[in-house]
Parts: sequence; structure tokens; C-alpha cells
Amino acid sequence: MSNVRTLDRQQVVTDRGGSLQRRTPGEWVLFAVAIAAGIAIFAPFGLIILNAFKSTQDYSSNGPLAFPSSFSLQAFLDYLGRVNYGQALWNSIAVSVLVAAIAVVLSLISAYPLGIGRVKVSGIVLAVLLIATMLPHEALIYPLFYGAQATGTFNTIWSVVIVFSVLQAAYGTYLISSVMGAIPKELIEAAQLDGASRWQILWRILVPILRPSLSVLVVFFFIWTWNEFYIPVVLLSDQSSQTIPIALSTLRGQHNIDITVLNAGSLLSLLPTLVFFLLFQRTLVRGVAAGAVK
Amino acid sequence: MSNGLAPKLRRPSGYWLYLLPIFIGFLAVVGIPFGMNIYYSLFRWKGGTAPMRWNGLNNYVQLFEDVEFWTSLRNSIFMVVAIVVIPTAIGLLLAALLTETIGRRFGPRIASFLRATYYLPQILPIAVAGFMWSWILDPSNGAINTFLQSLGADGPDWLGNPDLAIYAVMLMLIWLQIGYPLVIFMAALSRVDPELYEAAALDGAGKWRQVLAISLPTIRPEIFIVVLTATVAALKVFAPILILTGGGPEGSTVVPSYYAYRNFFELSQVGYGSTISTVMALVIFAIAALMLWWQRRQEAQ
Repeated sequence: MSNVRTLDRQQVVTDRGGSLQRRTPGEWVLFAVAIAAGIAIFAPFGLIILNAFKSTQDYSSNGPLAFPSSFSLQAFLDYLGRVNYGQALWNSIAVSVLVAAIAVVLSLISAYPLGIGRVKVSGIVLAVLLIATMLPHEALIYPLFYGAQATGTFNTIWSVVIVFSVLQAAYGTYLISSVMGAIPKELIEAAQLDGASRWQILWRILVPILRPSLSVLVVFFFIWTWNEFYIPVVLLSDQSSQTIPIALSTLRGQHNIDITVLNAGSLLSLLPTLVFFLLFQRTLVRGVAAGAVK
Repeated sequence: MSNGLAPKLRRPSGYWLYLLPIFIGFLAVVGIPFGMNIYYSLFRWKGGTAPMRWNGLNNYVQLFEDVEFWTSLRNSIFMVVAIVVIPTAIGLLLAALLTETIGRRFGPRIASFLRATYYLPQILPIAVAGFMWSWILDPSNGAINTFLQSLGADGPDWLGNPDLAIYAVMLMLIWLQIGYPLVIFMAALSRVDPELYEAAALDGAGKWRQVLAISLPTIRPEIFIVVLTATVAALKVFAPILILTGGGPEGSTVVPSYYAYRNFFELSQVGYGSTISTVMALVIFAIAALMLWWQRRQEAQ
């Protein structure tokens, strides 16, 4: 086995992808295992799609595993009748875009004195920010709930935008400052000699260097904010301000809802995420792979 | 910014200005709220305009004797198994499988397609995942039990049976989590020098020995990061419980974050809810600090 392996590897090196004939039965078994795992993980998505397009009668007579006997959009219409999906989609986009933009700028600005300036308290500031990212949201939620009401931001997207801009920036600052720490000092010193101000150095020299890290952060801030649940479910109790996951969750416990409607709602709710995933798959995987993000 | 401001910014003190926005934001969103939360935990308080009655540390004493709180902590251990232990183990196996066998022998395109498929649940809003699974696990016409029925078996009431519900929740969490360690470990494995494997193979080491002796030590830093971040996440689990079980049946799936939520917003026991969440914050800090300390010590050796 080991000798065959070594030979195969040489062949792969000399002839990429041309080693088709030499796959052993054991390798085919492992291949089948990998495919089976993929099917198992995808199965829930497949089931949702399968049942969202059924009529209620079709579902109750043929069950969840059968193909739809006829193609029906009734479940989608029912869901759209219960939840203001357009509003929720708009709220989700607005919240996520604003948070991603604000948090990434805030991360950049805050990381500057820590990663480049190396101010005396850098270590403490970074430790405090790291602790903030670990803090369970239940330890903030009641005062935030209270504070949002006091400032009139309760039931508006602004409460959530402010909270998550800071929480995501706490993480982003930590990350960007460590990337900044790896930038050669000579670069900054040369710019200083040329008479560039701190502000100019940040935007003209550091931002272009940091662009890959910043773009990964934007993508992740966007998707994390989009998916957030605990804080939005408390702060956004009115339909006019709810994000997509929160709007879907208002159906929880309503027993008079058809299963097909729940499926249609789930499908509509995961659709934007899916589109986002397909668009940014590389960035997402690269970001996670770099160990950059949680 | 205009040049007129530049000299001012060049002073050493100029750097502080850059920290000002995050300092204010941190105070408003984290510092003051967390301080208030600790303060509330010392009172009996129904919330809102109700009177706050000083209670000293009695809430903490009560928490220590609260069976439901201990149940919630025990359930946190189940969450750690579902979010840290099992996905990390499966993630390692799948990462090795995709990198070594699928990637090298069946082509990198199939490997990256499978990687994306495994990762897909990770980007799902957790609320949506909860809804999908509450239907899949439905006892009478859910997907799993219908499937079992077609095989002639009677499926159990997954979420309605107190002895079973926590495992049903764990099933969903494992499904949700696997992609995260997988993607990190695959990237880490690409760092391993193939010549090391070849040398080991020539020495007669089997596949398993190779993985244990070469792959695992190389990707240790990544394993640590995954275990640390996933542990913190496991102690914060909330949405799956709220949506799948509501803490039930018979309180068998209550987790600390949900128990705090119930005290805040359903039972109007804000003081007690604050006590729960303060204790949980301390528990999470302590566990994270312990893990970081342990890792430092390992590195030093």
C-alpha cells in the first residue's frame, strides 16, 4: 500500500489529474464516504426546497419525502401575507451594510495607534477588546434594551446598527492591529520623512496594504450581522424594523401555520444568504482558512 | 484632512484621537451596560419603573442553590460536545479525507466543491436553521420520522421527549458546526510538506500513523483556535434553544443564555436574570483564560 502510494504521488506530480486509472477500491470507498457526508449535510436544504412548492393537501396526503404532485406557489403567498418580507429584506440589507461599513472603518482607525503607534496601553486595550468579543450577549441585553428605549432607538434599526458596529469593531480592531504589526516600520518612517501626516499615512499607505484583510472583514461583518439573533430579537419587536431572521422567528409558536408555509418562509429567508455565499464563497473560505475569523 | 491639522496630529498625543471613537462606543455598548448588569444583579427588581430592592449577594446565593441553573450548566456541557468535541473530531477526519484522498486522487475541484457543501450550514442564519430543523424533527409529519415510517419503524418525539430533546438539538448543532473546523483544518493541512508523508511511508508508517505523527502536530495551533472559539460559542448558544424547544420539554433543554432571557423578558425577574448573565460572563472569561494559559504553557515546553 505504502509503495503504491509513493508511486502514485510521483505520478501526480508529473501528470496532474492523470492518475485516474490507479485509484484503489479503498479510495473509492473513502470517496463514497465523502459524497455521502455531502449529501447528508445538503439534505435539509433539499427537503426545504422540495416542500416549499407543495400545496397543503399535497403535503398532508403524500408526506414530506414525495415530489410535489403539482408546482404550487401558495405557501410563498401565505408567508408573504403574514410577514412583510420586502421590509425585512430592506432592514437586513440596511443594517448589515451600515454595520459592515462603520465597523471596518472603526476597526481601521482604532487599530492604527495600537498596531502602528504602539501606544503604551496597547496590550491592555487589546485585551479589553478581546474580552468584549467573548462577553455573552445576555450580560448586555437588559441595559441595552433599557438604553435603546431611553434614547428612542428601540424598534428602529439604529439600535442594532450602533451595538453591532461596536461589537464587530472590537473584533476587527484586534485583528487589524495584529496585521498592522507585521508591516515593516521602514515604510512608515519613509512616509514620515516625505512629510506625510499620520492621517495621510493611514489612508494612502496602510489602507492599500491592508485591503485584502479589510475586504475579508467587510464580508464577515456583513454576514455575522445579517445572522445575529439575540440582540435583534429583543431590540426589534416591531415588524417595521425587523430583520429577516427575526421576522421568520415571529412565526414561532403559531400553531395554525401550515408546514409548507414554514418551509417557504425558511427558503425565502435563506435565499439572500445563499446568493451572498455564492458571490463571496472564495472570500469567506479564504477568510476562515487564514484563521482570520472565528 | 487639511495640511493645517497635520502638525497637530504628529504630536505623540495625537494618537489618542484615533482611540476616541472606539472608546466612546465601547463605553456605551459594552462597558456601561455590563457594569449596569452587575449592578442590577444585586437587586430584586421586576424591571422598568418597578422599585429596585437591595438584595446584596442573595441572588448569587439563590443561583447557587437553583436546580434549574445547574441543569442549564449541565446542558452547556452537552452544547460543548455538540459544538466543540464532535465537529472538531469529524472536521479533522473530513479535512484529512478531502485533502489527502479526494484532493490528490480525485481532483481538487471535487474537494473544493465538497468543502463548500460542508461549509454551507455555517452561513445560514441560526434562526432559519432552527426553523428548518423544528420541521425535520417534527414527530408526526417531519422528514426524519416519515423516513423511519417508510422503513417500518416508529420514530420518537424528538423534541417532545425530555430524555431525547437535548440530543435532537445537538444533532442540529453538529450539522451546523462541521464546516468551520473543516475549512480551517484543510487550510492548515496544506502547510504539511508532502515529503514528510513520503518519508514516513518509506519507514513503513501506515496512513493512521502518518496522520497522528505528522498532520496533528503541524495543525495544533489551528486546533487550539477552533477549540477556544467554539467553546466560547457553545457557552453562548441561544437561538437554537429558543426556536427548537423553548427550553422544554420539562426544562430539559434550558441553557444559561436562555434561562437569563426568560428571567429578563418572561418572568420579570431582571435582578436574577442579571445574576445569571454576570455569572456566565465570568465562567466564559475563566474558561477562556484557562485555555489561553494552558496553551502558553504548552508552547513554552
